[in-house]
Order: sequence, then structure tokens, then C-alpha cells
Amino acid sequence: MLRQFWERGPRRDPNTIAYVVLLVAAIFFPILVNVITGGNSSSIMTVAADAGVYVLLAIGLNVVVGFAGLLDLGYAAFFAIGAYTYAFLASDHMRVTPLGEPIHVSFWIVLVIAMFVAASFGVILGAPTLRLRGDYLAIVTLGFGEIVPRVFRNAAGWTSGVNGISALDIPSLPLWLQGPWSGDPFAVVPDFKIISSIGYYAIMVILVIICVILVRNLQRSRLGRAWMAVREDEVAAAAMGVNTVAVKLLAFSIGAAFSGFAGTYYAGKLSLVSPENFGFSVSITILVMVVLGGMGNIPGVITGALLVYYVIFVLLQQLPEFAVNFVTSIGLGGLVKSSGDYPGIAEFISRLKFLVFGLILVIVMLVRPQGLLPSRQREQELQKGVKEDTVIEDVNAETT
Amino acid sequence: MTVEAAAPILRVDHVTKRFGGLVAVDDVTFDVKKGEIFALIGPNGAGKTTLFNGITGIFPPTTGRVIFQDREITGAKPHQVATLGIARTFQNIRLFEYMSALDNVRLGQHCRMSAKLWDSLFKTPLERREERRVTDRAIELLKFVGIERYTHTYARNLPYGSQRRLEIARALATNPALLLLDEPAAGFTPQEKVELMGLVHKIVDNGVTVFLIEHDMKVVMGVSRRIVVLDHGEKIAEGTPEQVRNDQRVIEAYLGKQH
Repeated sequence: MLRQFWERGPRRDPNTIAYVVLLVAAIFFPILVNVITGGNSSSIMTVAADAGVYVLLAIGLNVVVGFAGLLDLGYAAFFAIGAYTYAFLASDHMRVTPLGEPIHVSFWIVLVIAMFVAASFGVILGAPTLRLRGDYLAIVTLGFGEIVPRVFRNAAGWTSGVNGISALDIPSLPLWLQGPWSGDPFAVVPDFKIISSIGYYAIMVILVIICVILVRNLQRSRLGRAWMAVREDEVAAAAMGVNTVAVKLLAFSIGAAFSGFAGTYYAGKLSLVSPENFGFSVSITILVMVVLGGMGNIPGVITGALLVYYVIFVLLQQLPEFAVNFVTSIGLGGLVKSSGDYPGIAEFISRLKFLVFGLILVIVMLVRPQGLLPSRQREQELQKGVKEDTVIEDVNAETT
Repeated sequence: MTVEAAAPILRVDHVTKRFGGLVAVDDVTFDVKKGEIFALIGPNGAGKTTLFNGITGIFPPTTGRVIFQDREITGAKPHQVATLGIARTFQNIRLFEYMSALDNVRLGQHCRMSAKLWDSLFKTPLERREERRVTDRAIELLKFVGIERYTHTYARNLPYGSQRRLEIARALATNPALLLLDEPAAGFTPQEKVELMGLVHKIVDNGVTVFLIEHDMKVVMGVSRRIVVLDHGEKIAEGTPEQVRNDQRVIEAYLGKQH
């Protein structure tokens, strides 16, 4: 019976395992962290929730790059638009702008608004440029990615320029049941402000689950097929009745919507936006997550996002400390101090951080060019001519 | 029957296509009648495929008009032409290689589906019903062309002959009134050619008009009642297989002038 289950479920669609593992990990992670740190999990949960922002971004960029095959190098621009949408609509900041009146809209409503705002910018950018192909599109998006943060920096009258906008509203739930689990007596609290890091983590997990379900539905729909077809052969897709420009535009604006969504969450959590947070390096980091994780495969890009986030924002940051501990423990403590041109082991390793990151990327791409958890198509494309007789099981075909 | 058969479904009216200084199709005029198997033949480089591309909107004609079912479609976009009811296959097979045969045919039904973004996002009952219908129809079409055993195989892994058949199934999935086949029997053995022509007859019996390009005169003579011959972009003959076979200019085009 177990075997039967295996043959029908996971073996047919290996993603099932990946989804289950990811979900279980997401639920048990806070508990595990709490146990390990002895109830002092706050800082780690904050980092985990931030990683979730990148997961959302990677899921969104995957629609553009993985499904529709459009190379978008300015994806962070939509992220910035989402974040600034929240900053404008949910803080006192508008008082100091030409508008003169503060606006305070609920976090949950801005989430939706930001999606539409970012999607609209996606359409505005996409409509004239999606007639371009491949490399040209990449350059245009690259330009857009540079322009948007620059506009936010230079339109100081509205955005406070480089200082950014701070003291954004703290997201709150209209109603919350408090009780012994938070160390309070039972009570129904209205307008409950979310300040605990575990709260942000929970919201992030829920947002990611919603996004995964929606994107998965899209992938298995008429639209998902059309994206795949356009990616493979635009002329043939058009000759089969697919409006290629419309389909690409949809991919672009749906991707942008996810980015706007993530931007609002990011701004709400950080309570601060600044043009410095949305540079080219953010766009590239997200792209690396998508490619390394496995373009076109949702659990793949989630894994990629988590791993790359961990490497860049946790592992590499701790590397100098590791190095100091390591040399001390093997009795070479003299290396810790700086002398002459030598800056000391911590600084030395710190300077090598991105060399290490680059090496990791190169090695992963050499060993697994299709990504960590690739989609079947990607896997096949890279094995061209190796397996001639692969028969795939179709997960979409419910009737067969 | 005779009245209906005489009504033109497609009219190519003084169509010319220039690429820079090269005239690929030169002032060509003919009618395709409803319910027939119409053939376009000619030596290599005669402009046959260019004419197909002109009809389907991939490279719109420089001058002249294309009229389909009494409606001018000159300059319409490829997806609009497909939606109006003209489907095609390609001379050099253009399947979606990394999609299953089933998905290729389901994709063909794209323009006959009505699920909107909303339906796809939330998997509404309408979307589910439509997906089931489309899947059933796709399997039916794969059976119709005789490759149902490759349903879940990637298109690129199909044998050559089955790939050509899959392309026909995908084109039929758009539910066309007119099917353009660009050298459907290229690279086939004589036996396969006979089988393919059987399939073409079956398609016509289902009410689809077939307009095919063929290089091999023998194949065409067997299936088509009417033939147009192109050479160097010009129409040099039109008529029944017998008339065309005995036409002096056609013989010259294929075999060269007698000296």
C-alpha cells in the first residue's frame, strides 16, 4: 500500500515531497529555534522572515524568467515600488510632502493595492518593450531597475531622497485573541499590533503558501501552457492562436505584482524604506536564487532562495568570526592581530566574502547546471540527446 | 454539393511579397474552394512557404489581398488568423519540444478556451471543466492522427513521422476551417506517404478544407483535384492534375528547358 502511494504520488511528481518537506520545515522551524536558543529566538526569526521576502521575490521572478523565459534584470524596481507604496499610504510622511495630509491605510489593504500598482508599472514597462526579444528586453529592464531607485532618491520633495521614509505604520490585526500562550489573560483585543518576530514569520509563511498555490494554479492552466509555448517557440505559439504579446505582458505584470506584494511586507516589517535597499545587486541576487534553485520549478526556487539567502546574509557574515575561532583553536592566534599590510584574519576573510560566494555559485552551476530542484523541462533541455526515450508522466492529465 | 464545393473559402488576390529587392511571390492569384484538397507545388525556392507565411500573417504580403471566408485578413496578426480558423503546420517541424504530445495539442486549443486569469488563479469550476474538456479533445485528436501511445512523451522524443502527425493534431486542435500543410510528407517513405494521404482524406471528410504544399508531384497528383504551380514566385499553371502534368511551363520548371 505504501508502495502504491509512492508510485502514484511522489514518484510521479517529485515536487510533492519537496512541498511537504518545506511545509513541515516552515512549521517546525520556530519550535526548533526556540528549543535550541532556549526561548530567545527573536533575532533568528527576524532573519527567517526576511528570508521569506526573498522567497516571495523568487517565486515572482520565476514566473517571468522560468515560465515565460523573459530575462528581467530590473526586478528590484517593482520591489521598490511596492515598498514605497506602503510608505506613502501608511505613515505620517505625506504630511511633509506637497500633499500636506498624512494617509494611513491598513497594511492588508496596501498589500493588495501594492500588487496592482506594481502590476500597472509592469504593464507600462512591458507594453512597449515586450516586442523586443531576449537580450534587448534584458537591457531595457536593467535600465528600468536603475531608474526607479534613482527617481525615489531624487524626487526628494515626495520621498525624502536618500534619507528614505521611516516610522511606517506597524501592521495590525483588526481582532486578535490573546491568552496564556503570549503570557496574558484571555481577552479579545481589537487593533492588535504585530511586533513579535514570530508574528511576522507566521504572516510570511501564510503569504508564501498563498502565493505558491496561486502560481501553481497558473502554471497548470491555459496561461501556464501558453507561457511554456512562447518560451519554446514564439512563432509556432502565435500560429496556434496564442497572443504572444498579451501572454508575455501578463507574465511580466504578474511577476511585478508579486514583487510589489513582497515590497509592502518588507516595508511594513522594517518600518523604513530607503532607495539604497533596491539596487541592482538585489535584482541579481533574486535572479541567482531562481537559476540556482531550478528555473521554472516552484519548490526549486524556494529552496534556492532560502539557500542563497542563508549563504549571503548568514554564512558569509559569520565567516570572519569562524576564521578567528578556527585559527585560535589550532594555536595560530597570532594571525588574529593585524601587522603591516596584513589586516588580521577577520578583516582578511571579510574581504574574501564575495570571492567565496562567487566560487560557490560557479561550483554549483558546474555540478548542477539545471539547478538544485529543476523542472522536468529544464532537466531535459540540459540532457539533450542523452536520454532519447524518456517518457514523462503528466501530472496535469487528471483524466488519464 | 457542387454549389457548396464551388464557394471559395480562401482567396489570394494579386499577392506580392518582396524582401528588399527580391520578389519571393509575384502577383499570385487563386481561390481555394470549400471542402477540397488544394495543392500548391513548385520547385525549391518557388515561394510556396513564403505564400503560406503571407496568408497566416507571419510575414504579411507587400501588396495584394488575402480574403478568408469573405473577410479580408491581409496584415492580421498570426494569432488572429488562427482564431479566425486557419491552422498550419511547418515545413521544418516546429513543435514545442519540451512539452508532452498531450500538452502540444492542448496548447492548440488555447484560442478556443475562455478561462480568464481569474479562473486560472483560483481554479474555478469553469476552469476545471474546460481543462477536462480540452484534455479529452486532445486525446481524441491524438487518436485521430494515430499517435495516442505517445500521449505523455516529450514532443522531441517522438519518431520523425509521429512528430509530423503531432503537428497536424496540434493544428486541428485550433478547430480550423482551413488547414495549411507545409510539405507534410517530406522525408517520408512511400508507404508513410500513402498513410499520410489517408489521414488528409479523413481530415477533409470531417469538414476541414486542406491546402497543402508538396514537393513531390506524384503524391499531390493522387489526392488533389486542383493544383497551382509556382515557379520563381510566379503562378505558372493552375488546373487538374492532368492539365498541370501536361503543361509545357510546368515541365520546363521541373525538368529544365529542352535545348
